[in-house]
Amino acid sequence: MSLAVTCRDVVKGFGSGDARVMALRGVTLDVRAGEMTLLVGPSGCGKTTLISAIAAMLTPDSGDITVFGENLRKMPRRKVTAFRGGTVGFVFQQYNLLPALTCVENASIPLRVLGRPAGEANRRATELLDRLGLAEHRHRFPAELSGGQQQRVAIARALVHDPRLVVCDEPTASLDAANGQAAMALLRELAIKPGRAVIVVTHDERIFRFADRIAHMADGHIETVSDLEAAAA
Amino acid sequence: MAVVALRMLFGDRAKYFGLVLGVAFATLLVTQQGGMFVGLMTRTASVIADIQEADIWVMDPQAKYIDTVRALRATELPRVRGVEGVAWAVPLFKTSAPVKTLDGRIDNALVLGVDDASLIGLPRQILLGRPEDLWRPDAIAIDQAGFIRLWPGEKLQLGRELELNDHRAVIVAITQASAAFSANIIIHAPFTRAVTFLPQGRDTLSFVLARAAPGRSAASVAQAISRQTGLQALSAADFRWKTISFYLANTGIPISFGLVIVLGVFVGIAVVGLTFNTFVAENIRQYGALKAMGLSDLRLTGLVLLQGAVVGLVGYGLGLGIAALFFNFATQPPGALRGFNLPWWIAAGDAVVTGLIVLLAMFASLRRVLVLDPAIVFRG
Ligand SMILES: Nc1ncnc2c1ncn2[C@@H]1O[C@H](COP(=O)(O)OP(=O)(O)OP(=O)(O)O)[C@@H](O)[C@H]1O
Ligand SMILES: [Mg+2]
Repeated sequence: MSLAVTCRDVVKGFGSGDARVMALRGVTLDVRAGEMTLLVGPSGCGKTTLISAIAAMLTPDSGDITVFGENLRKMPRRKVTAFRGGTVGFVFQQYNLLPALTCVENASIPLRVLGRPAGEANRRATELLDRLGLAEHRHRFPAELSGGQQQRVAIARALVHDPRLVVCDEPTASLDAANGQAAMALLRELAIKPGRAVIVVTHDERIFRFADRIAHMADGHIETVSDLEAAAA
Repeated sequence: MAVVALRMLFGDRAKYFGLVLGVAFATLLVTQQGGMFVGLMTRTASVIADIQEADIWVMDPQAKYIDTVRALRATELPRVRGVEGVAWAVPLFKTSAPVKTLDGRIDNALVLGVDDASLIGLPRQILLGRPEDLWRPDAIAIDQAGFIRLWPGEKLQLGRELELNDHRAVIVAITQASAAFSANIIIHAPFTRAVTFLPQGRDTLSFVLARAAPGRSAASVAQAISRQTGLQALSAADFRWKTISFYLANTGIPISFGLVIVLGVFVGIAVVGLTFNTFVAENIRQYGALKAMGLSDLRLTGLVLLQGAVVGLVGYGLGLGIAALFFNFATQPPGALRGFNLPWWIAAGDAVVTGLIVLLAMFASLRRVLVLDPAIVFRG
């Protein structure tokens, strides 16, 4: 199985002097393609910092992160933004949908960022929204949808441009149990493909069963990585 | 992506209106006050502009502007006429005098005595009556606004009498002279009558109005007149500007209008700046999400500038529209603001000012978006 992401001795601290906080103290982790990897651990252990670094949103102090063969540290700053737009899809705890845009428009943003024409982008977004059970809500605004529906729009947005890496930070934390399970099931169904990796940061034990692997983090380290044989479908 | 920027902007109605009103307010103040200022300054020289036949004004060498001149000796008129390049020259008598209606209303009038024979200096627009009736005994012409001032609510009519410096005068014509800076009523009469009504001592020749011969420039003939007579001779354009410059330099008018305009610009910057800052602050996660999704700083800057440009354009249009309405309705003759308008170059200049207001106002917000760490989208 090929590796999607490798982290080698990744260190990241915030602040300086007495106030310095070491969020990552030498993280080494492999994320395989074609799998969903969960990143779990106590609050403040560095999960968000780690996936931000993997998603090329912040630069580690030392160590190397490679995403599909590209070493992020060696990538010129200008290329990083374009890399993020083309390679990474995001799902956030707060959904972060644009309230003034309809669901289709929201879901099509990554394609528009990549410069694809509006017609094509909307077609792709509509397809995905339909598959996520939001056919009737296409032209509604986020505020008119429930939390679960909004998170499904966010999942459509994360997948619309077929990114090779999907990162999700607490995607179910704002959802009730049923909606959380539904969102994870859809994410598994749509996002897990050969050559594509999904990383999900979570506290939510109820969704552990959707994972192929679970990486346990504590205090800026990866403690253990466990394989789950039969991930729920 | 432009659509995204516009939807973000229009999506927040309250702030969008706040931004547009901020720009509109600044535009209105700048263009309205600017137009009033230009109108007022132009008015200081309206008497010069109104006498279109004459392109040269000859006056006392000490004269600094139209409203204080020492009269010339009567013999200067033939001397000016004798200068080579002068097509014709006529006298102009200018003074101010109290007027009184028969029912006792008193006001102050600008009185212009124009050449007896040619009546050069009489406004071209005569609303009522005929110029040649000025040759009848005691006849004078009054401007429309002056008539309305003396007989408010009454229809314009000829034959009304008034007392001009205790002399009986009969209105035989009603003119549409441009509003003067120094008086609310403008009376025209033939030179000889004006002089006898309003004795000013021996010398009664306030100005000599002249015209350059065909093919000669007013400036060169004016120079020749100055050289040969020792008087001050200026082209009408130069005299007009000299008069306006005098008021610019010697009155508080530029400062008071300038202050209002500067205030308008600063209020505009403050309102637009603060509102836009709140707008960006409230939408910071949206900008962050766009950044996370791979939108480059350059394109993000483009989106923010587009939002600013739309605000600027709509606000400018609104402000200019209101100013135009004002100038359209408030300046109808014979109102006090008659003749005032919105010069195109003030509108154009304000477009530049508006651009600067928007750019300045957005500067801080833009910086905020550019230094924004896209990782904020992960925080709760
Ligand atoms: N931008 C920042 N500036 C300063 N300190 C930070 C910053 N981001 C994270 N930290 C600190 O780094 C540590 C790890 O934070 P991180 O957000 O990665 O934890 P987490 O595992 O995601 O926690 P949670 O489960 O609560 O989301 C924490 O102590 C946090 O306070
Ligand atoms: Mg976190």
